[in-house]
Amino acid sequence: MTQTLRVCCGIGCVANGALELVDAFEKACESLDVEVRPEVKKTGCNGLCERGPMVSVLPDGPTYYQVKLRDVDAVVESLATGEPVERLLYPAADDFYRGQHKIALRNCGIIDPSSIREYEVRGGYAALEKALSMTPDEVISEVEKSGIRGRGGAGFPTGRKWRTCAEQADTTRYMLCNGDEGDPGAFMDESIMEGDPHSLIEGLVIGAYAIGAHQGYLYIRNEYGAARAQVDKAIVDARAKGYLGHDIMGSGFDFDCKIVRGGGAFVCGESTALISSIEGKVGEPRPKYVRSVEKGLYDKPTVLNNVETLATIPYIIVVGGDAFARIGTPRSTGTKVFSMVGKVEHTGLVEVPMGITLRELIFDIGGGIKDGRAFKAVQTGGPSGGCLPTSKLDAAVDYDTLKEHGTIMGSGGMIVMDDRSCMVDVARYYVNFLCEESCGQCTPCREGLRQMRAILTDICEGRGREGDIELLDQIGETVEDASLCALGKTAPNPVRSTIRYFRDEYEEHIHDHRCRAGVCHALTRFEIDPERCTGCGACEKGCPTHAISGERKEPHVIDADACIVCGSCRNACRFDAIRVAGGEAS
Amino acid sequence: MSGVQQAQAPEMQQKIDEIIARYDHDPSHALAAMQDMQDEFRYVPREGLSALSRYFGRPIGQLYALTTFYKALSLVPKGRHIVKICAGTTCHIRGGQNIADGITRELGIRPGDTDADGLFSFEEVHCVGACALAPVVIVDDELYGHVTLEKLPGILGSYRDDDVCDGVPTGEVAS
Repeated sequence: MTQTLRVCCGIGCVANGALELVDAFEKACESLDVEVRPEVKKTGCNGLCERGPMVSVLPDGPTYYQVKLRDVDAVVESLATGEPVERLLYPAADDFYRGQHKIALRNCGIIDPSSIREYEVRGGYAALEKALSMTPDEVISEVEKSGIRGRGGAGFPTGRKWRTCAEQADTTRYMLCNGDEGDPGAFMDESIMEGDPHSLIEGLVIGAYAIGAHQGYLYIRNEYGAARAQVDKAIVDARAKGYLGHDIMGSGFDFDCKIVRGGGAFVCGESTALISSIEGKVGEPRPKYVRSVEKGLYDKPTVLNNVETLATIPYIIVVGGDAFARIGTPRSTGTKVFSMVGKVEHTGLVEVPMGITLRELIFDIGGGIKDGRAFKAVQTGGPSGGCLPTSKLDAAVDYDTLKEHGTIMGSGGMIVMDDRSCMVDVARYYVNFLCEESCGQCTPCREGLRQMRAILTDICEGRGREGDIELLDQIGETVEDASLCALGKTAPNPVRSTIRYFRDEYEEHIHDHRCRAGVCHALTRFEIDPERCTGCGACEKGCPTHAISGERKEPHVIDADACIVCGSCRNACRFDAIRVAGGEAS
Repeated sequence: MSGVQQAQAPEMQQKIDEIIARYDHDPSHALAAMQDMQDEFRYVPREGLSALSRYFGRPIGQLYALTTFYKALSLVPKGRHIVKICAGTTCHIRGGQNIADGITRELGIRPGDTDADGLFSFEEVHCVGACALAPVVIVDDELYGHVTLEKLPGILGSYRDDDVCDGVPTGEVAS
């Protein structure tokens, strides 16, 4: 069998030079004097972005990490000898992949996403063939049995959504895919669109068949240019092969779809706003007295599913709903993709069975906290979610348990924070984000968030007052109760959850004018611990305002007047000598 | 100031017509056509709004509302190079704000602004999905990971030297 070098071309690896690697490998392989030359292929995201660019040798060779241009010759030479290049191996990757169960990501990082053939070889479009041999009702029953809930955030049962739409009297129906991934810190939808676009198209066509839709739209975020190009190619190829268009696979069923490019508005992740945006209007949500499954796009019955949900559908059809339901927990079946990011050792994309604990996810798969620092909190659910502290590390990751603890599953962003993350600053960050993204049509969200931002900014800048915490909580409650759409209803979550679990940090900011994490500039003064400082000069070199001085090999000092508290010195110091004055995290 | 605009006007009108001709008269294409204009001119010109209004039979006010609602659209020309700071959560907790402050110090503009000679626009984007490389700065289509304040002048400086006019009006604010 021909040897293949598969170079991960996920966004993280590309930024680290994966495309240049592909060129170099192609050149090196071309010049080989052998009968069968190894092939070089580009794949989508492998997940372990922290250690990119990754190169896998198939069929049975090793995977190399952090491959540089200078390693290309060694890797190509090793193909003939069969001896792996030891220095490019990363044994800890086994821990990262061992606990995972890949369904939505089953082809990501393995196939060349631009090749419909490679998708077919991996069993692609077999689910569509099977679905078309079933009645639409049988397809819906299978999805209902699987228990799959929407992976976009709200967790509504997908089968029930399809059933309601299929039961509508109006026979002009639409099937939509939400690829407007708005959670700032989640990139699984982007990775699926880039790394395995056909799984999404196949899921979309199966959904359309089930609900009786003949036209579909994929709403893809404006920033995701590469993902859009892959999906666009996949649509063209699928159409040419008869998986889209007229009389799909000879079944008599017609369906086609189009890409709509998002306009860059977080609120368009909300179903009614997204529909409005597809209609070419301002993306403002409307009240849901009448649901989109009854009157959605152009007032016709409409199903809107998330990318990850749709990519999972073909798997469900192939293995059957019951088999899928045995994975995960009874009320949260199957697997979920998380983008585990922040201060964690193995930043990247992971797919795990529902019900796994946060501890297993962060410490076993994620490899623990970066640089051996202390875990402080994990944020799930993006701007609509909340932060959980150390005491909740053994909580199960499923829709219901997370909700019980004051956060949500959301689309799968999982931001890990260490003792150098300030929880008040994180709360302000999310409120500021939502303030800008609020569409502004209803008062509680527009004005409430603005007031919350003002109070949080005061606290972070040393103007916090007695009673601010209570006031924040009270405004938050009103915003939650009185807002129209999910953006507003969940907006106070980051604030209220941090107050619930990290109230002492708020109080420290207000009463002691101190930010223990060293993040809030007005409340932080850095100093150098003379006991620990070795006088290496790394801090001095990186200081943008030249505020640090000292003799070589002698303890350095920071000039507090020149210091802008940017923290460059703290990041540069390898001896943990830069401290927040008054003591760091307790 | 308007001299530049006028000199370009016939050419611009022709491009506007070309863009609109890609779409049928269904007003749901208005957003897409405006995004094409944004790509072409680095803003949505007044002439473009008027042409769309005639073509789709929609009041110009409605189209104007789209341009102010969607972040992807701008009513004033963007700079020749777009500097984006990722303001995603990961970049934020890995010190993105300090980098943003650094860009402001370097370029003398805040997020959302374009500098006086139309060379740089500075924007905030919410997560580009390269969280493993946080904090991230994107200039045009080039992504820079693990950015530090120390590296910043070098990154931005390389675009200053490459100061070649590419034939699109720059720095002139439509009035």
